[in-house]
Amino acid sequence: MTGSLFPRPMVRRSFVTAARATAAAALAAATLGGTALPAQSAPDPRVGLKAGLTDAGEAAWNVKRIASVAPAEKFVGSTNSDLAFTGQYVIQGNYNGWQIWDIANPAAPSLVTGYYCPASQSDVSVYKNLLFISGEGLEGRLDCGDKGPREPVSKERLRGLRIFDITDIRNPKNVGNVQTCRGSHTHTVLVDPKDKANVYVYISGSAPVRPAGELPGCSNAPPDKDSTSALFRIEVIKVPLAEPSKAAIVSSPRIFNDLVAPPRHGQAPADKAEVEKAKAAGKFVFEIAAIGETFVLPDAQARQGLEQMVKMRGGTGEPTAADSTRFREFVNKQIEGMVGSEGKKGPTQCHDITVYPALGLAGGACEGYGLLLDIRDPANPKRVAAVADSNFSYWHSATFNNDGTKVLFTDEWGGGGGPKCRDTDPKEWGADAIFTIGADRQLSFQSYFKMPAAQTSQENCVAHNGSMIPVPGRDIMVQSWYQGGISIFDWTDAKKPFEIAFHDRGPVDSTKMQMGGSWSVYWYNGVIVNSEIARGLDIFELQPSQFLTANEIAAAKTVKLDYLNAQGQPQYVWPPSFARARAFADQLERSGGLPAARLTAVRAALDQAEALSSTGARRRALTALAKSLTADAAGSSDSAKVTMLATAATELARAK
Amino acid sequence: MFATPVAAQVTTAPAPRDPAAFEALYRARLDSARLRFTAADVRFMRDMIHHHAQAVTISQWAPTHGASASIRTLAARIINAQRDEIALMIAWLRDRKQPAPALHEMDGQLMVHEPAGDGAAMSHDGHAGHAMPGMLSDAQLKELDAARGAEFDRLFLTYMIAHHKGAVTMVDQLFATDGAGQDEAVFKFASDVQVDQRTEVQRMELMLGALRGGAPSR
Repeated sequence: MTGSLFPRPMVRRSFVTAARATAAAALAAATLGGTALPAQSAPDPRVGLKAGLTDAGEAAWNVKRIASVAPAEKFVGSTNSDLAFTGQYVIQGNYNGWQIWDIANPAAPSLVTGYYCPASQSDVSVYKNLLFISGEGLEGRLDCGDKGPREPVSKERLRGLRIFDITDIRNPKNVGNVQTCRGSHTHTVLVDPKDKANVYVYISGSAPVRPAGELPGCSNAPPDKDSTSALFRIEVIKVPLAEPSKAAIVSSPRIFNDLVAPPRHGQAPADKAEVEKAKAAGKFVFEIAAIGETFVLPDAQARQGLEQMVKMRGGTGEPTAADSTRFREFVNKQIEGMVGSEGKKGPTQCHDITVYPALGLAGGACEGYGLLLDIRDPANPKRVAAVADSNFSYWHSATFNNDGTKVLFTDEWGGGGGPKCRDTDPKEWGADAIFTIGADRQLSFQSYFKMPAAQTSQENCVAHNGSMIPVPGRDIMVQSWYQGGISIFDWTDAKKPFEIAFHDRGPVDSTKMQMGGSWSVYWYNGVIVNSEIARGLDIFELQPSQFLTANEIAAAKTVKLDYLNAQGQPQYVWPPSFARARAFADQLERSGGLPAARLTAVRAALDQAEALSSTGARRRALTALAKSLTADAAGSSDSAKVTMLATAATELARAK
Repeated sequence: MFATPVAAQVTTAPAPRDPAAFEALYRARLDSARLRFTAADVRFMRDMIHHHAQAVTISQWAPTHGASASIRTLAARIINAQRDEIALMIAWLRDRKQPAPALHEMDGQLMVHEPAGDGAAMSHDGHAGHAMPGMLSDAQLKELDAARGAEFDRLFLTYMIAHHKGAVTMVDQLFATDGAGQDEAVFKFASDVQVDQRTEVQRMELMLGALRGGAPSR
């Protein structure tokens, strides 16, 4: 590669602009050499797409759709849900069961097995020869039949986790079922690096509790009235790999206990300004950390309270600073007392828990809270941090960046069935919230990200599931927004996430809101796989752009996984490759971390080393390059990236 | 511990390749899925429209009744959420050829008209609905409408907490009824109402705690 990828003066500014810019605006900025355009100045190609089930209008930017397949006959018209991956296969949940697709040739997925077994949501996970499926709805049957039990209490009902053996992938066998009190909306498979004999499954259930007559021991009473309550807890199932039929609940950790005062994080700028104004005006401002809410006490009440403090100390006249302090303490006590007297005020369950075993951490998205959990003892997860956010309605899922210094939570405002991306819906609602994870493992709010193109009221749209794309040196994620399509964005700078690619279709139905769009989308071994609720399965490839170079894409494709579950985050490890070194060089061009002439020389050195046929000569060339780059690092404005490049060269030198 | 699946679960028959045939099958499946509802599901949806309409109505008072910033934000979220859900419920009823109420705005109130000929004919938002858990009585509505500033905040939270808890009770009652909640849309909607409103109740109870704290003489 020669020459400059990015005209020097525009790079930084174009990145800033792109934080909110539409595709067209970003491209225009590129051609105009960095004239910052206002975000909404150009029409977004996603706006106004024609509706249709099979012939909807389509907009794509920096991704190419290489394949789309319709569901098998039995699954048409039934919701496609989450995905799991093993080897060359992708397993797609459906409210009527699940389908296994062979994507060895991603341009032509072929159906291997469809398994009819109705139950919502049929979220799937896989580990070795075992397939796990969630059942939540009342219609689920133990025998996979299609006549849901009609009685509120039925011995034929399955609400919980189904376990199948897929050793013979064309002939799955039901080898276990675990019934749970609230069914299983979704679940998380936790592979404990220290335990080779078992896997653990965390059950998330948001539906109402079953009657005790159907599943003994299920109680809907608050825990202070009934210590066995199914509320305020998650369930941990231990699955012996050798004997999956013995899978059973081993603990029901109450990770929410005493969750009354998590450290609060920053608010939206408008809220902050309002609070600052109130403070400046001498008003009483209370922070209710447990809900991320700041409350400005009305003057009359503050006055009344202060006078009460004066009276209580037997004084007269104007309240003093000490009265003010006492009043503040009094209010705080009242809040605490109220919380205490009415039992646990934390969430009663989690929606999703994303485990990251390599870090021993999990991100729990639990009703009104985002939690950070220590999962090193899998059956006994412990809460280490909690955050709330006044802009978040319903914490839905969590994704860590690869090195575990950040976590992104989503807000599934409206439950996924509502059109929450209209131009009238605030950008902070139904969005992602990005937090950094400090050395003390506390969470600090940084910013929101929401897919920026306004959608119609015929399109259900809100933040949903996604995964990291293994571009070395950057934090890039692909995410579902239901009928808002898929959005790929960079959140390397936690304060300034920006979109770099997207794909969207018009509404499924032009006349009314009909559920559709992307349920979930994940990067898996070089491609992006999308579960489309109404239309089937899509596969995409990234296209090079000024925001993501061919080298960066090639480097991402070097990461190979044996399997992937949506809520089990793998740590990406990059094998030594020239693509990775060149990706870092491209990133240094973008950041201005090395002078243009030096970059040209570095790229030439990489090209020459790759062309050398003698491994010894290649090793010497790469070692010399690494050494010179290490010397460059000290003087660079982006020394961390120069060091990454030097390390990449060293690893290449050592590679066979 | 686990039952053997009933037979012939494995199926690889492809969907029609012709787009029109595919869409016809898709629509036929949606149509037959719509036949799974029961009278209890219909009752729940119709009741919940009234229930939601009252929440929207009183939330719309926040800006004009001197509510604090955090109450105004809360109210805006309730309006956005419950208006969308009302639209969803009306669409659900129409899709199933069930009589669906009509809505109109009058003096800042969201009025619900039951279709003519129905048992609860012309029940304006409120009236027939007072029997539902958590609904404000006429006297309570008047009391709230007359309140301003901090007193509005306190009453709004008090009544909205009861209102939300009432919605959760309605979901519990639905799921305890034979055959109810088997319709996928009803199950999802009712489950969402339950979790969303319970989450919001927690938030409102803490906000109310702060307000009560500010008025120790009460």
